[in-house]
Amino acid sequence: MSSQRPSAWYAVPAFAFFALFAALPMILVIYLSFTAWDGLGTPQLNGGENWSRLLDDSEARASVWRTLLLMVMSWLVQTPIALLVGVWAAGKQRSRAVLSSIFFLPLLLSTAAIALLWQALLEPNFGAFVGGPLFLGDPDIALYTVVLVISWQFIPFHTLLYQGAARAVPPSLYEAATLDGATRVGKFLHITLPQLRYTIVTSSVLMLVGSLTTFDTVLILTNGGPGTATRILPLHMYITGFSGFEMGYASAIAVVLVVLGTALSIAVMRWSGFRSMSSQQEGS
Amino acid sequence: MKSRPNWPAGLFALVWLAFILGPLIYLVTVSLRTRSEYLGKGAWELPDALTLDNYVTVLTGGFGQYLLNNVIVTVATVGIVVLVAVPAAYAVVRNTGQFVQRGFTLILMGLAIPAQATIIPVYLMITRMQLYDTLTAIILPTAAFALPVAMLVLTNSLRDVPRELYEAQSIDGAGPLRVLVSLVLPLARPAIMTVVVYTSLNAWNGFLFPLVLTQSESSRVLTLGLWDFQGQFGTNVPALLAAVTLSVLPIFAVYLIGRRFLLSGLTAGFGK
Repeated sequence: MSSQRPSAWYAVPAFAFFALFAALPMILVIYLSFTAWDGLGTPQLNGGENWSRLLDDSEARASVWRTLLLMVMSWLVQTPIALLVGVWAAGKQRSRAVLSSIFFLPLLLSTAAIALLWQALLEPNFGAFVGGPLFLGDPDIALYTVVLVISWQFIPFHTLLYQGAARAVPPSLYEAATLDGATRVGKFLHITLPQLRYTIVTSSVLMLVGSLTTFDTVLILTNGGPGTATRILPLHMYITGFSGFEMGYASAIAVVLVVLGTALSIAVMRWSGFRSMSSQQEGS
Repeated sequence: MKSRPNWPAGLFALVWLAFILGPLIYLVTVSLRTRSEYLGKGAWELPDALTLDNYVTVLTGGFGQYLLNNVIVTVATVGIVVLVAVPAAYAVVRNTGQFVQRGFTLILMGLAIPAQATIIPVYLMITRMQLYDTLTAIILPTAAFALPVAMLVLTNSLRDVPRELYEAQSIDGAGPLRVLVSLVLPLARPAIMTVVVYTSLNAWNGFLFPLVLTQSESSRVLTLGLWDFQGQFGTNVPALLAAVTLSVLPIFAVYLIGRRFLLSGLTAGFGK
């Protein structure tokens, strides 16, 4: 009978493809972080030079802090809204179905489209808020403006997750609570929230890792400015590598990015007791 | 059980609606304005006349080429992913050997790799393979980074197939290839659709790999084209927003036709 099972060859193309274009780059980036390379010639090993430089780089340190601030802010803004909108949209009423199909519209736009749209919208002279704050031009609020744009882009995705999960909560739980005289708020706190805890974890991991690796939005919106007010870690890596042509040093920053991302996912999963395998590639 | 309308929640939903819809209304209305009206009038004043000139400007300014490139990249990426992931998922579910199972674990670990962190080595590899500034350069890494989610979705779906179904086919003398075609493909159809949607959206909206791996206009995809329009049009924001609107239309059409498919593809692997 075992001869009737598919041979390992069935998996070889997929494995080879993944190994070459996803796994090998992961190994190469560690190697490159120990080299000097301008992007044209051959990478030259230079020992731990990039790494000792990274420890003294105040701009890199500042960009790590900005990244952390961005992660915390976007989690704090997105999670409550996505949760509430998702639970609301899970209702069976016709009006809710119609409105939630509109709520999902930002999902159809590419990051580039969203960044360009918001840039036009917030443009200080001809945009929609002439005479208002400078938004992206004000170093003190530019990063918060980025959080606003990211929220517009990604809350719909997390709303979708919460809507699906809220629909899967057994109605009998609510019926029993109603018989016991529970209020609407009480039912939300004591039934909905506990039932959604795995979704909250999944959504949070996706959100945190997503904002850790935010790149194109900020590149288009501000290119890290004004000054370096929005230069977050992935952008710092990109500018160092592809504008400053210090690919070796940029690789060291990339490794930091991977370590932070992995540590973060493991921490959230551990802390929440979440065991099942889940992903973190999509979303912010 | 009938419940009372929830007024505070309804109010909150309306505020949220305004926040979501406002920018989209701005997008479409400004794209229909003339440039002089955009510069002369406030954003919230009603225009004297609407115009499609901006769309003409965009369509004659290289948009067609970018669109075609996008279609090529998307179709090729989806083709590769489906072609390699379906047989591999079948092997993972039915072949208990070490090689297949270890390889699958490795691919799942790939879920944790942020693509951003690999652009420098990918750039190195692509230039060494003489593929820089080609559409192939975009397709290969985009497909590789779609594989973990694709494998996860497909294996989850094939694990739900009762073992008896596979065994009945084998007793009938069907080889693995027959089983793949006549059993796995039909049963995995919804999962394959999810993978197709997820991979298409990633490829269609991809920005990072095209940014780093291509340069010339002939290999420019839509997302980069939009960014380039920004420099090209300068203050001609209505034309830029017309280009943005046009870039959304194909996916909007898919949304109208198959909302369920699109949304399930978006949450591929995370929905459960």
